[in-house]
Amino acid sequence: MADAGGIGRTPLLEVRGLKMHFPITSGLLRRQIGAVKAVDDVSFDVFPRETLGMVGESGCGKSTCGRAVLRLYDITAGTIRLDGVEIGQIPQPRLRKLRPKMQMVFQDPQASLNPRMTVAGIIGEPLDEHAGWGRRQKLDRIYELMDAVGLNRNFVNRYPHEFSGGQRQRIGIARALALNPAFIVCDEPIAALDVSIQAQVVNLLEELQQRFGLTYLFISHDLSMVRHIATRVAVMYLGKIVEIAPRERLYADPKHPYTQALLSAVPEPDPAAERRVERIILKGDVPSPANPPKGCNFCTRCPQVMEICREIDPPTQEVAPGQFVACHLYGEPRRTTAEATAA
Amino acid sequence: MTDLPRPITEEGPHEVSGPKPFAPDEAFRPPRNQWWDVWDQFRTHKGALAGSFVFVFIILFVGVGPWIWQVDPGFIDIRARNQGPSWAHPLGTDQLGRDMLARMMFGGRISVAVGLTAMFLGLLIGTLVGVLAGYFRRVDGLLMRTTDLFLALPLLPLLLVMVLLFREMLSQRLGEAAGVFLLIVVAIGITSWMQTARIVRGDVLALKEREYVLAARSIGTPPRRVVTRHILPNVLSPIMVSATLGIASAIITESALSFLGLGFPPDFPTWGRLLFDGRDWIEQYPARVIWPGLFISLTVLSVNFIGDGLRDALDPRIRGR
Repeated sequence: MADAGGIGRTPLLEVRGLKMHFPITSGLLRRQIGAVKAVDDVSFDVFPRETLGMVGESGCGKSTCGRAVLRLYDITAGTIRLDGVEIGQIPQPRLRKLRPKMQMVFQDPQASLNPRMTVAGIIGEPLDEHAGWGRRQKLDRIYELMDAVGLNRNFVNRYPHEFSGGQRQRIGIARALALNPAFIVCDEPIAALDVSIQAQVVNLLEELQQRFGLTYLFISHDLSMVRHIATRVAVMYLGKIVEIAPRERLYADPKHPYTQALLSAVPEPDPAAERRVERIILKGDVPSPANPPKGCNFCTRCPQVMEICREIDPPTQEVAPGQFVACHLYGEPRRTTAEATAA
Repeated sequence: MTDLPRPITEEGPHEVSGPKPFAPDEAFRPPRNQWWDVWDQFRTHKGALAGSFVFVFIILFVGVGPWIWQVDPGFIDIRARNQGPSWAHPLGTDQLGRDMLARMMFGGRISVAVGLTAMFLGLLIGTLVGVLAGYFRRVDGLLMRTTDLFLALPLLPLLLVMVLLFREMLSQRLGEAAGVFLLIVVAIGITSWMQTARIVRGDVLALKEREYVLAARSIGTPPRRVVTRHILPNVLSPIMVSATLGIASAIITESALSFLGLGFPPDFPTWGRLLFDGRDWIEQYPARVIWPGLFISLTVLSVNFIGDGLRDALDPRIRGR
């Protein structure tokens, strides 16, 4: 999965074998009796000025993955290289200097803004922390950012509760932009907004990307929205990336059975077409990430499950230019060796 | 859905193509100090305003009063004992003929000073322990078990031991009054911080999981500034409530200590001691109990109202209603 669709370009973000396990402790002595494998061995690249969409159902580890990439958690294993600098294992105090390069837009704009700070305080916080500017310069920058995200400058003294959801999200975006980051993780930035505002915010994100040359990791469960904004799409299931491909290819020709099922669930606006759609209904529930099945994580629900799927975790392979799939259906040569080992 | 319509809403100008010249309209105000907003809201809270006036009056009464009413509160005029109000003694005299007004003023000095200082000390320790225990998981167990330990201690015997051990030493070092004052303030302070610590810890535990704390961390705000900028302002309400309750209990604990002979020496008037001295004469001279009782109640009540007003004024969600 080293180079996906970006031949000759060096990735801005390289994630290799990222694991984020949360320990489960119990008993008087808080002994660890297991781990929730929220993100389990995930590797991907994000290239400069592109948007990597990350989709999957709730609880599959998308948000954890985004947060782990920004080192908001201390990751269990793996390497994260941002712009050639390894940030996977360095301690938090040293990471502070690198924070301006990577920022985050949060899901719930209500919860991600401190109710006791004014807009000026919220947008100015990154500047206070990193720029060390004087009042005048800081205020100029705050106004510039408010213009950039389409907020009226008169709102500078207001508090978050005085805004609508869309406006709050703009404040959150302005805060993320304050330090001129190269890379922004958008963690479901539109999930808490209603549809008309969703469109506004997504268009705003696209405009800002054009203007400032931003790179996004766009986490969402909304497949239509990801199709609109993303250049490449990664599909996650139970802590793993099952398929990663350029947008058109993924939507036109999904390879992994899970991606196929996911895409078949997208509602079709045309009623005539809607009737013709064959939905793939998955049976059962997502297994617990604390106790994933042996072999392929999807084997308990896969409509095309085979014997090998329950034994061996499928490796990720390139099935078409830029399209990587982790599924035994596309790993013919490996199948024989796997059968040999099983026998 | 690749070509999403962009509906026009009331959200104001939407063009984001390049910075445009900015013309401030009449509604525009540059960012101003948030404390002005707090003051504006505080002024609208009638109870808080009245409380402030009463509190300032009490402070002036005990602070400036003795300069105006220059009567020695310890002067015994046995022939003038148990008198009612008169021009010579506006609040009358006690059973030893000491002037009640002078005693109220001097007593108030000590009571208010002890109440405020002990409250601040208790609040400081309680908030510190609560925030540290809530925010830093490593010290949580240790600090909260210490809190439990203090809660389980029987307070009066503890105070008794403290007074016995340290009173002499402190009196010699700092003089009688200052030594006892320090001892009592510390004694009340370190035995009254536990409730605050528990409440603050609970709130901090909830607050630190909020997304804005995560956002601050993603910005690279170090933990100490996350605490001062995001956590503390949001736990202000419970702290404020503890503070207003703490000042009342500090005044009352001091009077109880004085009553037991563990506080200030008997010739030092405090409101608590006046109350207890007057108790024996309550049937003949009820005014002797009413005055100190009234002042204790007024102090507590005014501080309560001020705290209430401050809490509302400091919360931007309530502000402006």
